[in-house]
Amino acid sequence: MTSLASPASPARPLGRGLRFGGLAIAAIVLYTLALWLALPGQTGLTSQQAFPVAIQQTVNALSIGAIYALIALGYTMVYGIIELINFAHGDIFMVGAFMAIVFIGGIMGQSGPVDNIPFLIILIGGALLFTMPIIGILNVSIERLVYRPLRNAPRLAPLITAIGVSFILQNVALVVAGSGDRRAPQVFPLSWQINVGGASISVLSIFIFALALTLMIGLQLFIGRTRLGRAMRATAQDREAASLMGVDQNQTIALTFLLGGMLAAAAGLVWGLRFGFVRQDLGFNSGLKAFTSAVLGGIGNITGAAIGGFVIGFIENFASALGYSRWSEFLVFMVLTLVLIFKPSGLFGQATGDRA
Amino acid sequence: MTAPPQTSTSGPRQSGLRATLADLRNASDRHRSLTIVVAMVITTVLMYILPAIPPLSIVQGRGIWYDSFANAGVFVLLAMGLNVVIGMAGLLDLGYAAFFAIGAYAYAYSNSPFSGTDLPFIPMLFVGAAVAGIFGILLGAPTLRLRGDYLAIMTLGFGEIVPIVFLNIDKFTQGTNGIGGIYRPEPLPFLGAFSPNSPFNYFIVMVVIVTITMILLYRLQDSRIGRAWNAIREDELAAAANGINTVTTKLLAFSLGATTSGLAGVFNASKLTIVSPDQFLFTVSFTVLAMVILGGMGNIWGVAVGAFIVYNIQAVFLKSINGVLETIGVPDFTLPIVNLHVDLAKVPFVDYQFLLYGVALVLMMLLRPEGLFPNQRRRQELHIAEEFEGGEGVETAGGMGAAPGGGETGGTL
Repeated sequence: MTSLASPASPARPLGRGLRFGGLAIAAIVLYTLALWLALPGQTGLTSQQAFPVAIQQTVNALSIGAIYALIALGYTMVYGIIELINFAHGDIFMVGAFMAIVFIGGIMGQSGPVDNIPFLIILIGGALLFTMPIIGILNVSIERLVYRPLRNAPRLAPLITAIGVSFILQNVALVVAGSGDRRAPQVFPLSWQINVGGASISVLSIFIFALALTLMIGLQLFIGRTRLGRAMRATAQDREAASLMGVDQNQTIALTFLLGGMLAAAAGLVWGLRFGFVRQDLGFNSGLKAFTSAVLGGIGNITGAAIGGFVIGFIENFASALGYSRWSEFLVFMVLTLVLIFKPSGLFGQATGDRA
Repeated sequence: MTAPPQTSTSGPRQSGLRATLADLRNASDRHRSLTIVVAMVITTVLMYILPAIPPLSIVQGRGIWYDSFANAGVFVLLAMGLNVVIGMAGLLDLGYAAFFAIGAYAYAYSNSPFSGTDLPFIPMLFVGAAVAGIFGILLGAPTLRLRGDYLAIMTLGFGEIVPIVFLNIDKFTQGTNGIGGIYRPEPLPFLGAFSPNSPFNYFIVMVVIVTITMILLYRLQDSRIGRAWNAIREDELAAAANGINTVTTKLLAFSLGATTSGLAGVFNASKLTIVSPDQFLFTVSFTVLAMVILGGMGNIWGVAVGAFIVYNIQAVFLKSINGVLETIGVPDFTLPIVNLHVDLAKVPFVDYQFLLYGVALVLMMLLRPEGLFPNQRRRQELHIAEEFEGGEGVETAGGMGAAPGGGETGGTL
């Protein structure tokens, strides 16, 4: 597991990666089977009808899980480096979603889905290139303006500030965009679907999963292989020692916020494409779930946060597939509670010192 | 409200007015409960008279003012309770509205056509508060063992979940509709029955509740427990080493905050006569947090005044400002370059309140973390970091956890 705070990089990364991929696929298959078995009892479908539904839901779970995972990475990185729960991170994601749909809407206008593949690639790529730096820089500016002056203040101060920033972002979005849902344009044609075992899987879902995976691998490589990544790991492990070794604290922390913001922006774009709407209070709920993912995976642990995101996606999806979507938030909260009670270091985290 | 000061002045005797003031301070330090009662009586008399004379009487009628004051009292209670958690024990509780909701629903169950029971109001105040306190213990017991930030996120989640649960178990709570027709409290001697037309009863009851709560909280702050909270807030490890059971002590603060919140919930339910999940969203917790921060973490009367002011800004000032602007007749204008048409009388100021709170929170944390009416002790704590930073090159710069300079050698020898 790549933890921000663990110095060792995997000895044979490819072998580990393959083993890890195998486990992930096994988990996904298991989930589909579990859903398939559970569905008939709850929904009255025959077991033959339930199979495509189970596949469909698994794909849904993966795409929502990818969104949570991308957001969770930002939480976990910031916590790993400066031990701050960045409450505003969910709202950074929300602003990213707004930016992305403004960009896409601006280029597409009112036209319908894009079935011209090169144009689609340019459009999505452009949206990523547009929103990721903007949101990353927004996140860095917030750090520079309000978190940095409080870096040595009592812990309560930056936490409260983060809550304040979260409210500012949310309410600026409210003032600018108004309340209620802002519709995002339909970019992927609905007819783009692949038939798997009787279930039709949209190309969009596959794209979301692939994009999230690419970004996560990119982040892993960045943190594990580059000089800046090493600086981040060193800072997470021991800020003072790292600074004595010549690691620029401010630069490293800014970099962390930049990366977190960029990933959140990508998550925002994906959200807009997937759900077709954006709202100013979007960040609060998603943020809470993403934070739960980060805690579940062991806060400060990059791989853990990504896996946690998918696990939360699966849990939420399981509840809604069986008709209990109203309780999905409750379920996620119970997960958070249980993890904190029984395994506060998370599934993959090392026990951290209990500094008050 | 006059302030019972935190420190007594000593030193060379001064003469005249100063000496009298110093004597007064010493006296109020020695007789704190009496001071609170006197201060509250003066405040109450002011709140009784002022709505009848011009500046206030223009804004809204007398009865409506008493109603506003009673509602403000709910937030004063909430803020004083949250102050125990944040200001005294130094724990961040972001789901404070959940306990408010629990108290309110507890009263709704015992006093409405929905449940068919009509229990007396005053005992129910304690019952509702106790139920909320028990939930506080249930939530706090597992989380308070962990480091502080986890409490923040757990309470945030809890605050989010409680309204959802009340919404979802509609068999027991009537979902979005909420529980309506809650019975009003029993008539008061001399003042008669509670009714929507005579908010004065609620006002008086609220004043009594706030006074008693304030006395209790001040006594608690000066007690062994209060000192234990101080110690934990300043250095948990040192407090534990000195024999304080940190988990129990923190749990006490947390559940005491919840209890106060539940008390406010019961009062609020009896006043509104309806409870529904949308009254207890995160915005309530956030508003109370802003009140505590603005008032001054750790300073009981400061927090109370902060809550009173913020509530009145929110519920009276922002609401009436449009009407006042319209009456005065502020001309609308167009901003030249951006070609933006501005009509101040039609700007929805009420919608901007949370933006204002957010900005206020951030600015306070950056510029004046001790709040508008600071607690001396808390102020020193919050400025310790600055002292370290400022004292670069002096001997203190080598202290623990102080700013690790600018990466390279920080000028130390």
